[in-house]
Amino acid sequence: MALTGLEIYKLLPRTNCGDCGPPTCLAFAMQLAAKKTALDKCPHVSDEAKQALEGASEPPIRLVKIGDLEIGNETVMFRHEETYHHPCGIAIEVADTLESDELNNRLDQIRALHFERVGQQIGVDLIAIRDTQADPDKYKELVQKVTSDSSLGLILISSSVPVLEAALDICKERKPLLYAATEENHEAMAKLAKAARCPLAVCAEGLDALAELTPKIKELGAEDLVLDPGTREPTQVVHDLTHIRRLALKQTFRPLGYPTMAFATAEDAQTQVLEAVSYISKYANLVVFPGAEPWQVLPLLTLRQNLYTDPRVPLQVEPELYPVGPVTSDSPLLVTTNFSLTYFTVEGEIEASKTGAYILAVDTEGQSVLTAFASDKFTAETIAKQLGVTKAGERVKHNTLIIPGYVAVLSAKLADASGWQVLVGPREASGLPAYLRQLSA
Amino acid sequence: MPVQRVVQRWSGSVNVVTVGPENASLQLGGQTSLPFLYDEGELPNPPRIAMEVYDKVPEGWPAPLLEALGDVVHDPVAWAQKCVQQWQADMICLRLIRPSEEEVSLDSVAQLARAIQDAAGVPLIIWGTGEGDLDNELLPQCSQALRGSRCLLGVAKQENYKTLAATCIADGHSVIAESPIDINICKQVNILLSEMDLPLDRILIYPANGALGYGFEYAYSIMERTRLAALGGDRMMAMPLLAVVGAEVYRAKESKATEEEAPEWGALGPRIVAWETCTAVGYLQAGADVVTLCHPEAVETVRAFVKELVGKQ
Repeated sequence: MALTGLEIYKLLPRTNCGDCGPPTCLAFAMQLAAKKTALDKCPHVSDEAKQALEGASEPPIRLVKIGDLEIGNETVMFRHEETYHHPCGIAIEVADTLESDELNNRLDQIRALHFERVGQQIGVDLIAIRDTQADPDKYKELVQKVTSDSSLGLILISSSVPVLEAALDICKERKPLLYAATEENHEAMAKLAKAARCPLAVCAEGLDALAELTPKIKELGAEDLVLDPGTREPTQVVHDLTHIRRLALKQTFRPLGYPTMAFATAEDAQTQVLEAVSYISKYANLVVFPGAEPWQVLPLLTLRQNLYTDPRVPLQVEPELYPVGPVTSDSPLLVTTNFSLTYFTVEGEIEASKTGAYILAVDTEGQSVLTAFASDKFTAETIAKQLGVTKAGERVKHNTLIIPGYVAVLSAKLADASGWQVLVGPREASGLPAYLRQLSA
Repeated sequence: MPVQRVVQRWSGSVNVVTVGPENASLQLGGQTSLPFLYDEGELPNPPRIAMEVYDKVPEGWPAPLLEALGDVVHDPVAWAQKCVQQWQADMICLRLIRPSEEEVSLDSVAQLARAIQDAAGVPLIIWGTGEGDLDNELLPQCSQALRGSRCLLGVAKQENYKTLAATCIADGHSVIAESPIDINICKQVNILLSEMDLPLDRILIYPANGALGYGFEYAYSIMERTRLAALGGDRMMAMPLLAVVGAEVYRAKESKATEEEAPEWGALGPRIVAWETCTAVGYLQAGADVVTLCHPEAVETVRAFVKELVGKQ
């Protein structure tokens, strides 16, 4: 990807005119390779050389912005090799075939597709507005309705350029994704996208057709592209998206060096979800989803959150004493680790129990209870230390703490080390509501 | 101009594990490529769906699941039979919980396993209680009672594998090797088992996976890494992969909270099906060869979807 000085030298005029500053083209090339100077210092460089040199410094998969959403610029095939960087966008489809009531219902549903999970907000990113009637006025009206109702990003789906043009009148500044340029309409679409400075989806049947189309569109000045390899068959989608990513990453193949999108299209509401699961797992950077039921979308958002978690960083919360719910100085104090998943599971159960309690999150470097216990990070000493650091004794009036059932064996030692009375709680967090009820009875 | 694809050819392959009685055997594994990439190698055996059957109804199961399963949940033999005959399960996964909660004779548990095998007529997985000492008495009894049925018995762990391995070697079964989302221990358990002379094609890897949203990504990446190692030629990592879905999903709060308790999550009925199917298909995309499910509708949906995924070969 990054070129060496000699490779750059071959692309320069090799006249040693010195107009760029350094006395020779080779010296200039060396400075370019070291990123100490810029190519535009050379007044004689050819357009081809400029393109080649600028191209070489671009990432293998372009980063594309749709409204506030950034997709693409991925660097690996497998998340364990580094991490996935820009979470796959999730768009909910709205079609112009909906009656007014249905549309209102759907927009209400979409508004509710935001959740809190392990301390993070997760939600859908975009609304995909589909035109089926090629009627610019009607479509414009629909887009008007959607944009006044929702601040989410947009995908405008129509094969008609005038329809998209009409819609852009009212939503250009949201930088919607225009869907889509095809072999037939790509010139007009590219012009439209360029003029409106919007990202443009490119749809062609298969990789060969796609790779022929994107350079033409780029030539016309539209560069923020999103690839749709056409097929709606799940196996073929996964196959094509896999090959697009491989070509981009392993061959720096520019015609396919863009983020990708996929559509879940199954009739059956459950199967729609499984299509989207497959595409989120295997290389879609954007998924357009036909349903808006929370039971469909919650697992998709959860999957995305899981897969785009950086595997190099254990998810941790600050080791602290946290009040949860309506606490008083009499509220029970529960001990767990500072692994996010563990902490938020415990927190969720306390909230569900509708009683107040304190959680002491012990610094286990982000390990779960059993792992931290096995590696000596969740011990009588570390728990006692955390009690001291957080001044837990000054924040509650009692001196009783509750430890997870899995580490019951720590009880006696912990009582000695801390001077607190130790109770053994349930093994799984799911047992907490019942346990806390019993405790307060 | 056609684009030159980057095609990956691998030197290794996933071991083929044969399970089930002579007249109803199934093969697991055997791939020479990554999941569902139909034109890169052999994918001789599609992923299989095992349905979970319990020796007593687990506590806290949601009403829509119990409703979908019906009265058979109180009769494990009838339950297993219905799983195969009505819901077309490829395999049955008998999960034992009763022996760790009440006094039952080990022999009666072994007889139950035998009766389920006879009634179901498909390959059987027997999943112990998780209590090492108890399982070391229980599983050998089951193993003997099912001699020749080529079951899958689990689980063997780094700190407790010898009894299970020995009994499986003696009675012709295969072993489910568990490792706590740790790829080094995963390999280590396989090495320990093979050092006891258990053939490598009688081991399945179970990476102690969680449900979607509950450490899913850890097991997902372990499965991907394991499969890449297998295809790269590492024989000690070349075992088919098993993911537990039902038992994990029904610990999650997304499968417990009713619509009244969590209105923002939508209807509980379709939600539990989706949580099972998404967990299952997520792991299938990472390379799982067997997934264990509970809900009949989840089984039907995943089966149809898998059929589509492998249909292009």
